[in-house]
Amino acid sequence: MSLDAMVLILITVISAATPLLYAALGELVAERAGVLNLGVEGMMLAGAVTAFAVTVTTGSASLGIVAGAIAGAVLAFAFGVLTLSLLANQVATGLALTIFGIGLSALVGAGFVGIPVERLPRLAVPGVSDLPVLGPLLFGHDVLVYLGLLMTFGVAWFLKRTRGGMILRAVGESDVSAHSIGYDVIKVRYLAVLFGGLMAGLGGAFLSLSYTPMWVEEMTAGRGWIALALVVFASWRPWRVLLGAYLFGGVTILQLHAQGAGGLFGLPAQVLSMLPYLATILVLTIIAAGPWRGRLNAPASLGKPFRPAT
Amino acid sequence: MSLRIEPRTEQSRTLLYLTPLLAVALTVVCGFFIFLFMGYDPQASLYHFFVSPLLTLYGLSELAVKAGPLIMIAVGLALGFRAGIWNIGAEGQLTMGAIAGGGVALLFWEQQGAWILPLMALAGILGGMAYAAIPAFLKTKFDVNEILTSLMLTYVATLFLSILVYGPWRDPAGFNFPQSRMFSEWELLPIILEGTRLHLGFPIAVLIAIAAWVVLTKTVVGFELRVVGQAPQAAAYAGFHRNRVVWLCLLASGGLAGLAGLFEIAGPIGQLIPTLTPGYGFTAIIVAFLGRLHPIGIIFAGLMMALSYIGGENAQVEVGLPQAITGVFQGLLLFILLATDFLTRYRIRFTAPAREARPA
Repeated sequence: MSLDAMVLILITVISAATPLLYAALGELVAERAGVLNLGVEGMMLAGAVTAFAVTVTTGSASLGIVAGAIAGAVLAFAFGVLTLSLLANQVATGLALTIFGIGLSALVGAGFVGIPVERLPRLAVPGVSDLPVLGPLLFGHDVLVYLGLLMTFGVAWFLKRTRGGMILRAVGESDVSAHSIGYDVIKVRYLAVLFGGLMAGLGGAFLSLSYTPMWVEEMTAGRGWIALALVVFASWRPWRVLLGAYLFGGVTILQLHAQGAGGLFGLPAQVLSMLPYLATILVLTIIAAGPWRGRLNAPASLGKPFRPAT
Repeated sequence: MSLRIEPRTEQSRTLLYLTPLLAVALTVVCGFFIFLFMGYDPQASLYHFFVSPLLTLYGLSELAVKAGPLIMIAVGLALGFRAGIWNIGAEGQLTMGAIAGGGVALLFWEQQGAWILPLMALAGILGGMAYAAIPAFLKTKFDVNEILTSLMLTYVATLFLSILVYGPWRDPAGFNFPQSRMFSEWELLPIILEGTRLHLGFPIAVLIAIAAWVVLTKTVVGFELRVVGQAPQAAAYAGFHRNRVVWLCLLASGGLAGLAGLFEIAGPIGQLIPTLTPGYGFTAIIVAFLGRLHPIGIIFAGLMMALSYIGGENAQVEVGLPQAITGVFQGLLLFILLATDFLTRYRIRFTAPAREARPA
């Protein structure tokens, strides 16, 4: 394989990893605050369709990206109202959010199927982008790819180094203690859930504006669920989410290339399409069964409803 | 006057069964505004969505055709949901059941005998069970989250079905369409109402729901399921094993989903095709909740959700509504239902301004 082809593959891996990175980072923050939101798939779809529709209608991709993020956050807010204010079961509400998101995005997107949109422009740095190998690899991506990396850094820094991050972790580890020393548990969780929605929306926006610049019903194809698995894989640590996202991006691209090359060992194309899903199950099992399972680091209050005593 | 929210000491039974009706009513109200917003005549749309499908015998029979699988799957899922076991991969288990049962049908194609259909049904149940055994094994052995594994397996099952109908099981006389042979005479469920598609599946689904109700309320197993879900520690003291319950719930829900899948291909479809259902496995999650995880409630909830499918199709024909509106309604209904749940657990009181809190 030539060097150029390798570079091309690596670029697509980065591209395939980006939506997973966004969604998983957002979910990580929500889960570190103690909230399990299974609606990632729904929020991603809402983001994808909104970003696409706004971009097509206004002609501005920037507006589209912002709108996609907001759409994700709006669904997340509804999730917050139900689980945080009305104390509904988080698993059931997350499922409802996904079902609703699938339906809503199909409805909104019905008029946008088959319309092309210009792929997000690559940020070209004069001179540097033209360097062989490194140029396209480091400087040939669009703004959302870089923002995703920046977000990884930002989330890691926020959780570890800032007071806000410490409060958020405290709320996720022990809501009762955090409440008793005066932190507003519900408010912190709302903010974390909203951030999760924002990020899922951005992940969706990347899908419909950059990865495959078009709208197709249920185009996320389970990425929201894979993102949920990634958070477990990463044992709730941002940099490991990045690693996991690239790993899964790699699996996705590998199978696409194998399909393009006419298959692998004569296997039907569908077997290759199964790979990302099977890999998710395998990874979850390895994580759960390995010798490190005692140190998985799941937030202690994850998924438990909290109602301050009055 | 101020508003106070206080927890009820006990969940209100009356409200528990009234809130699903409230949720349906609120969803219809939301529907009115959604139609209005989208520029359709809301009254006509609602009429064609919720009323006119129920006015003909054919409409009613179609309601039962679609409610059958929903009820069957939801009864199984509800067992697990009660015990805190979240099988959300029923669609995959349905697909595997259909593949197993369909395989039997293709094997004995054009053979005669009343034994073929029961054999297909058995294969369907076992296929669904075997597929649900994967998340059960991973959950009990390694504590892998069953939500994610069961869902991932759904994508795998759909792809597996696609391999078969595009490949080895494709109808040799089918002009290359991705579908199996049409099942032969002895492989199809009998029609119980002449001139409609209503087959044996619906009465069987209702019987299964009633049987599940008896098991839940009258047997130790049913008690065990409820205790594990509501008071895991008490269950451990009583010697109930969580792993046993995990296996039980996943095998039961997988088997029922598999049977539902078999009934779809041996009933209205009559062959294997790449897409077997409009997402019954997922909609059944809503049915289970709307029916309050109660088998009898699930019968009514199944009929309600079946109406959302038929109403959606009907409104598409009559007023030109996009088909996606069905999914929106379904999601919205579950959302509103979960919100109204609040009323069953908390009391909203209007009280005189509270007195100053005094340190004790």
